[in-house]
Amino acid sequence: MISYPRWKIVLVAIVLLAAILLALPNLFGEENALQLARDRAAVQEADRSSVAQLLKDKGVAVDGAFLDQGRLTLRFADKQDQLKARDLIALTQASRVPEWMRNIGLNPLKLGLDLRGGVYLVYQVDVQGAVKQQLDHREQDFRASLRNARVPYQDVTVDYALNRVRVLFRDADSFDKGKAAILADSRSLKFTDTTVNGAPALELVLTPQEIKERQDYAVQQNIVILRNRLNSPELAVSEPQVARQGVDQIAIQLPGLQNSAEVKKILGKTATLEFRMVDESNNPIEAAATGHIPLGSKLYYSRDKQPVLLKRDVVVTGDQLTDASFQPNTQDGPAVSVGLDSRGAAKMFKNTSENLGHLMAVVFIDRSREKNAQGVEVDRVTEEVINRATIRGVFSNNFQITGVNPIEGRELALLLRAGGLAAPLTPVEERAIGPSLGQDNIDKGVNAMVFGMLAAFIFMGIYYKVFGLIADVVLVANVVLLTALLSLVGAALTLPGIAAVVLTVGMAVDANILIYERIREELRNGVSPRAAIAAGFERAFSAIADSNVTAFIAGLVLWLFGTGAVRGFAVVLVLGIATSMFTSLMGSRALVQLVYGGKRKVDHLAI
Amino acid sequence: MEFFHKVTRFPFMNTRKVWYGLSAILIIGSLSLVAARGLNLGIDFTGGVVVETNFPQAPNIETLRGALAKAGMTGAQVQSFGSSRDIRVRLPPDVNVKGEQIGSRILDIFTAVDPGVKLQSSTIVGPQVGQELFVKGAWALFATLVLILIYVLMRFTPKLALGAIFAVLHDPICVLGFFAVSQMTFDLTAISAILAVIGYSLNDTVIVFDRIRERARTARKLTIAQVIDESINQTLSRTLMTKLVTLLVVLALLIFGGETLHSFSAALVIGIVAGTYSSIYISAALALDLGLRTDDLLERKHTKPEEVDGLP
Repeated sequence: MISYPRWKIVLVAIVLLAAILLALPNLFGEENALQLARDRAAVQEADRSSVAQLLKDKGVAVDGAFLDQGRLTLRFADKQDQLKARDLIALTQASRVPEWMRNIGLNPLKLGLDLRGGVYLVYQVDVQGAVKQQLDHREQDFRASLRNARVPYQDVTVDYALNRVRVLFRDADSFDKGKAAILADSRSLKFTDTTVNGAPALELVLTPQEIKERQDYAVQQNIVILRNRLNSPELAVSEPQVARQGVDQIAIQLPGLQNSAEVKKILGKTATLEFRMVDESNNPIEAAATGHIPLGSKLYYSRDKQPVLLKRDVVVTGDQLTDASFQPNTQDGPAVSVGLDSRGAAKMFKNTSENLGHLMAVVFIDRSREKNAQGVEVDRVTEEVINRATIRGVFSNNFQITGVNPIEGRELALLLRAGGLAAPLTPVEERAIGPSLGQDNIDKGVNAMVFGMLAAFIFMGIYYKVFGLIADVVLVANVVLLTALLSLVGAALTLPGIAAVVLTVGMAVDANILIYERIREELRNGVSPRAAIAAGFERAFSAIADSNVTAFIAGLVLWLFGTGAVRGFAVVLVLGIATSMFTSLMGSRALVQLVYGGKRKVDHLAI
Repeated sequence: MEFFHKVTRFPFMNTRKVWYGLSAILIIGSLSLVAARGLNLGIDFTGGVVVETNFPQAPNIETLRGALAKAGMTGAQVQSFGSSRDIRVRLPPDVNVKGEQIGSRILDIFTAVDPGVKLQSSTIVGPQVGQELFVKGAWALFATLVLILIYVLMRFTPKLALGAIFAVLHDPICVLGFFAVSQMTFDLTAISAILAVIGYSLNDTVIVFDRIRERARTARKLTIAQVIDESINQTLSRTLMTKLVTLLVVLALLIFGGETLHSFSAALVIGIVAGTYSSIYISAALALDLGLRTDDLLERKHTKPEEVDGLP
């Protein structure tokens, strides 16, 4: 008997069985389906039956309806039925994997965008813009603190280049009082005392650490907000993926999406609202004509191009909104009803109770980035007063904003609900792949894989006879194992990923060849067949391990540096090297054992 | 079947000047070609817009070019790819059109020529991203080489390690030379192919070195040059067989993989051929000329005997 521990054979068998089970879902295709999700809550069992009933009443044949992770997926045998039912919902593809498999957590491989079609977007986050916003907020806070403490001051200035906010006072007395007031509200900040043109001033400069934190926050926050926007029912995008890429980029994958124009319009938007009190003591027309804006006020224009003077101090900003929904038919026309967080609600309550009978305005702010005549990108900020109304009663956390048109109202509700972007976004990369090209890529990839493997199979069978056939079995096992592993880690398969599978097949053959050549060499040196097998596997081990380590290193570097399709290649390469080492060292040894191990005497090896 | 029934006795070390010469020609040739003709960098690196469309019948490319020029897209490259019905339009990054609508605008212009046209894919890469991706690619290349050097240094003596690294550098340079000659699009997938080639081409070098170390310890009477010659000859069949099978598989990729994988598979084919050449003819020879002696290989046996055969 050739000695090879039985437990190793059992181990190989167990691993292979597990792999087959994991890889199995990939044999099932996809079919027409619709996915339903609730705005914020999970879809319930009751919803399932009511939706199924509704479709049944309307004469739409539903193949199956099941709940998964708070979403309801409906399957249709007929494309026509799917289209009929799609009014409310996004079109998706659901896999045909049987329910029992799904229940034990088995799922098919995810396909990358280049294989299933879709849109890949990369946005650059304007992290500088985020720092600017931070400085602006500080300015607002300081003004508010000084006003609340009734301390006179000259001005609060912001220098974006130096990341600095300065509060200018008139004299030492107001400086002391003002500093105390600001410190009381902003305890954690570090100020320096200074003098500007002989007048005392308080200075805040952001440290590099704070700037970095702010920038990181901006990117993270934007990811959350983009995710919220993409998951809005208004957009109806299925399975969007949003991930940070590098330091200041965000990559978005939208599988199956055909027309990205609408989505891009919403994603890049920075629209938000501000509530400010109207400056009723000055004449806005005069201010607009002379250009002389009263201290503490700011000049705006309304929708119909009328000048409006508003107080510099903001009552509530858009980021204090917690909820927003569009109401198409209120008695005052279309409206957006909004909810405020506790801080915003408190401020709104205080403001409305102090200012009963006065005018409050809603300012709509939209930042967009455009190329000017010189081709340089500039930020364009549109600020419009969409509504002015007399405060008739005290309110805090829930109220309605009128003065919006229906399209705008719906969009505004979406944007307000998803939250404002913490920093402006610019699209820097976009890859759209049509579904037919995706299918084409799958076909080509599968063809290349089949023919490549066939060539390797035939060659091995002819050149190494029985051992070659063992290698062939091992190769198939390798592909199954790799598929299983990829399904398990949930990595998406891309076209370069398929190429990596093909390449891994080539490399898996290598290990077998190294072993077989060693066995042949031992046989030539007159060693007995059994000893030759043992020596072949044993001695080839270090060479195989060594040579695979270098390819493994290259794969890991690619994994770290690569994005998108390149990463898809790297993932498969790295996993493939691991599986190929396992299958050729353990798997093929076990098979050799099964073929030659049982015989009492081995005279000749078919190699 | 067996191609190498008897162990060959090629005098690799005595003829190494010839192979150095060949390598020098390849390297200098490749580098000067890259310098003179440049690489046909893909959109990944240059930035810009690529729109791929599919026509029901093969269109006249001149007509399409004219239609685009009339619409103000003068810098557009129009060419067919794959088949004559597949048309690719490439625009430089600074074109004064907003990227977001470019795919549909080109489609509109083409629809006027042939209403049956379909949009296959559109890719927009900002010029800055292109530069970033290029720098990233270069870093990945550098990092791979350094990490592999560290690994080889750990496993073998410094002279062998340097030989291996120089031999490995030879391969991506040949691939670059090929891309300069063929003017095939050099994109991100080509870089990943080069990285894979670097990792893969070391396989054979490592196997030869393994054998050199083994032989140096058992055949004490031979000179180091003889040991190297013997080792290369003894491992020749497995070096060639492994590469042959991989080449077969990669050729399938080149033939059937389609347009998207074209530059990737081509880079693999060239890289594997160059890698096989360099691990047979160059790596051990370089180590010899760096002053490798039998003693270098024996010392390690006393300090680290466990590395002879068994790696965990």
